[in-house]
Amino acid sequence: MARLLKFNIFRYNPQDPESTPHMESFVLEETDSMTLFIVLNRIREEQDPSLQFDFCCRAGICGSCGMVINGRPGLACHTKTKDLPDEITLLPLPVYQLVGDLSVDTGSWFRELYDTVESWIHTSKAFDPTAQEERMEDSMAEAIYELDRCIECGCCVAACGTARMRPDFLGAAGINKVGRFLIDPRDERTERDYFEIIGNDMGIFGCMGLLACEDVCPKHMPLQNQLGFLRRKMGITALKSFFKK
Amino acid sequence: MQTIYTDVLVVGAGLAGERAAIEAAEAGFSAICLSLVPSRRSHSSAAMGGMQAAMGNCAKGEGDCPDVHFADTVKGSDWGCDQEVARMFADRAPIEMRQLAYWGVPWGRVVPGKGTYYKGGKLYDKEEKEENRGLINSRDFGGTAKWRTCYVSDGTGHSVLYTIDNVCAKLGVEVHDKTESISLIHDGVTCFGAVARCLRTGELRVYLAKATVIATGGFGRIYPGTTNAVICDGGGHITALNTGVVPMGNMEAVQFHPTGIVPTEILVTEGCRGDGGTLLDVNEERFMHVYEPEKQELASRDVVARWMTHHIRQGKGVKSPYGDHLWLDIRHLGEKHITGKLREVYEICTSFLGVDPIHQLIPVRPTHHYSMGGVRTNKDGKAYGLSGLFSVGEASCWDMHGFNRLGGNSLAETVVAGGIVGKKIAEFLQGAEVTFNSSVIDAEVKKQQERIQNVISCKAGTENVFKVRTAMQDALFKGANIFRTKEGLEECVATLQDTLARARKVGLKSNGKGVNPELSAALKIEGQVKMALMLSVGALNRTESRGSHNREDYPARNDRDWLTRTLAYWKNENDDMPTLAYEAATEIFHIPPGDRGYGKSEIIKADTKAEEKG
Ligand SMILES: Cc1cc2nc3c(=O)[nH]c(=O)nc-3n(C[C@H](O)[C@H](O)[C@H](O)COP(=O)(O)OP(=O)(O)OC[C@H]3O[C@@H](n4cnc5c(N)ncnc54)[C@H](O)[C@@H]3O)c2cc1C
Ligand code: SF4
Ligand code: SF4
Ligand code: FES
Repeated sequence: MARLLKFNIFRYNPQDPESTPHMESFVLEETDSMTLFIVLNRIREEQDPSLQFDFCCRAGICGSCGMVINGRPGLACHTKTKDLPDEITLLPLPVYQLVGDLSVDTGSWFRELYDTVESWIHTSKAFDPTAQEERMEDSMAEAIYELDRCIECGCCVAACGTARMRPDFLGAAGINKVGRFLIDPRDERTERDYFEIIGNDMGIFGCMGLLACEDVCPKHMPLQNQLGFLRRKMGITALKSFFKK
Repeated sequence: MQTIYTDVLVVGAGLAGERAAIEAAEAGFSAICLSLVPSRRSHSSAAMGGMQAAMGNCAKGEGDCPDVHFADTVKGSDWGCDQEVARMFADRAPIEMRQLAYWGVPWGRVVPGKGTYYKGGKLYDKEEKEENRGLINSRDFGGTAKWRTCYVSDGTGHSVLYTIDNVCAKLGVEVHDKTESISLIHDGVTCFGAVARCLRTGELRVYLAKATVIATGGFGRIYPGTTNAVICDGGGHITALNTGVVPMGNMEAVQFHPTGIVPTEILVTEGCRGDGGTLLDVNEERFMHVYEPEKQELASRDVVARWMTHHIRQGKGVKSPYGDHLWLDIRHLGEKHITGKLREVYEICTSFLGVDPIHQLIPVRPTHHYSMGGVRTNKDGKAYGLSGLFSVGEASCWDMHGFNRLGGNSLAETVVAGGIVGKKIAEFLQGAEVTFNSSVIDAEVKKQQERIQNVISCKAGTENVFKVRTAMQDALFKGANIFRTKEGLEECVATLQDTLARARKVGLKSNGKGVNPELSAALKIEGQVKMALMLSVGALNRTESRGSHNREDYPARNDRDWLTRTLAYWKNENDDMPTLAYEAATEIFHIPPGDRGYGKSEIIKADTKAEEKG
């Protein structure tokens, strides 16, 4: 006999004056290879069609479905019920603005981040459509991709003590983004330029180094290395500019 | 109600939409992209394999050029494509890849020296030239004469979309995410923008624009199982077909991908076979080399999917609680390759199947994957029927894919077409003077408000939207799948007509307040069933087999009667059937219809004596 699973789900529709934040329980019988994607859609289709949550790729690729699953931020589509106990609590990600139930607004948060860290290649060169591409070592391309793999799910930010206290903290995802451009030879920004962005409490010096971020990252981004690398690099930049003064 | 003005309104912030918006922004126009999800979560991000462009940098791509790419594309399309469009595409693709490199895409690069590769389970040698060190590399994909697919590990779509979205941020292209376009504002001649529903609050907003672009991607979710993301539901197409004047092209041309995993239908990339993976049957024996001695596992997708289905029908499938399937074997590629270049595949297999592909076989079967059909446009991306309306990317039928698109050609299309059409939009805007007619706008808003009120108050009935949706999906799955017959399609059309009647009676169970997901589904269901009908009626009428459209009762490709593109209109809202028209598949022939060199089938030549068309 399959397990009966009990899901305690956070409910609140800010657009409905009659709605108040509360927890609601739903019971489902477990099936083979069941994921939280299957669970939530079944609840919506069979029990409560107003239940809000976000999925897109349902394959752990797009980063839409971050939520707090039994106390831990993770991707719902990627979570199999067989790895969970009989009772499962689902909460929306903290830090981000709530849209309703399990749905939050990660889009606005990240768009602001792109502007803050200017997450694009800064170059004085113009594109020449008649020229061959500039060469790059494959190992360099792979190193950039390694940092470009972040799917902006927001789990690291939701798990981060600093981010929860400081709304302007860039989070591991934001700091990692700076690292991605810093190693890219096409970007002409100097270390001083990067220092302007992350050499402060909003960036690398706000990080307490407890690494909850790396722990929860579903893409296993090398956040610990990244944060350590940038902290040293920015520390040196700070020293250099101190002596210059 | 909030009204927002912009020069260009791009509905869709995937690769195609954002690439087009960049062209407009660079020409000095304001551009806003709408998206259901944050732009980077658009389905383009899920494309792992890569993009085709004739770079010719790697050893197995030597001698490649746009001519060869063009020829592969036309053959792949089974001569259903517009050859002028395919030509523009193939010529432009290498430049676009370099443009992307300039913007920051970390393309895989050529590493000089000796190496090995697998083909059909066998190991071969190759040597990359020193002089090509560091140029953009390519991998092998199905249906191509050369290794031509540019890639970023197995996160090509992800990396390219992030790069393009970065450029949008830099240029000030606005993205209004969690915003759903639900109808176009038009007077039957000109399109003035769209009415959208905010998916943060549920409120309606009006967007007024001189040019409106539908770049909403595929519509795989009208099928029950698909590799498409859950947001690929045809919402953008519906706004176009509801105008009554904009036709959908070749809706019956639907691609099934050989390797969707069983269960869950998540795609594992063609790169698996491109890199040397093989398909095995219940006896763990290869079979593709028997059916396709030349291309084997790497024949075009329609051909491989067909043979796989055929092989399963011969009783060679592997039985499972989720139906019969076959195996994909990549074990011989080794741990380094699988956890490196195929890392995403490794992760999907381990996390969704509990299968370790380094040591175990992957259960796969052909699964709905791609829509060649869509909003019909001319070669500039202008939609038929309405001035000021454009379409680009998978949502459109531009039509470089005809009846089968090649792996790697779609992601490439998004950026290449995005660039070409974006330029045309900028040209169009140069001269555009538009007067927005307030009575047209008000009438459209009122119509949408009433529609919403009616489903909330169950004015027409209380049909359950999810049940109606399932009925539609099942009908298509049964009748408009890989193999099609007259009987099957007739039954499908009949069921869908019944489903359409039910769709018109949908009413909500919940209160519909705010961002109510039941309401979102309900607002789309009638349009989705109309699309399903366009697809199945188009398939029923097309009494031939071409590319991915296989009629068991008409196995020959019929160039005499069917070298055409279907145009499906929904002329009046209350019609129960689409109205079909036809146009020539291509005005210009660079390559006359011939044999594809794989997927052998009978051909009725254009110059054979005509019979009465039935
Ligand atoms: C799993 C998978 C893997 C693939 N791999 C490859 C590959 O390796 N190579 C290749 O060439 N092709 C591949 N393809 C195909 C290719 O990825 C797609 O065809 C392509 O990415 C489509 O891009 P697009 O910009 O047209 O649409 P999308 O990227 O799907 O973007 C659509 C946009 O429209 C928005 N939208 C939709 N409806 C509305 C609405 N009503 N209102 C407002 N916004 C709306 C969405 O939010 C989104 O922003 C793959 C497809 C799948 C399913
Ligand atoms: S670093 Fe990891 S956890 Fe953080 S947003 Fe990126 S993928 Fe998600
Ligand atoms: S290590 Fe830094 S970024 Fe990561 S969770 Fe801790 S404070 Fe946040
Ligand atoms: S839905 Fe895309 S990561 Fe979960």
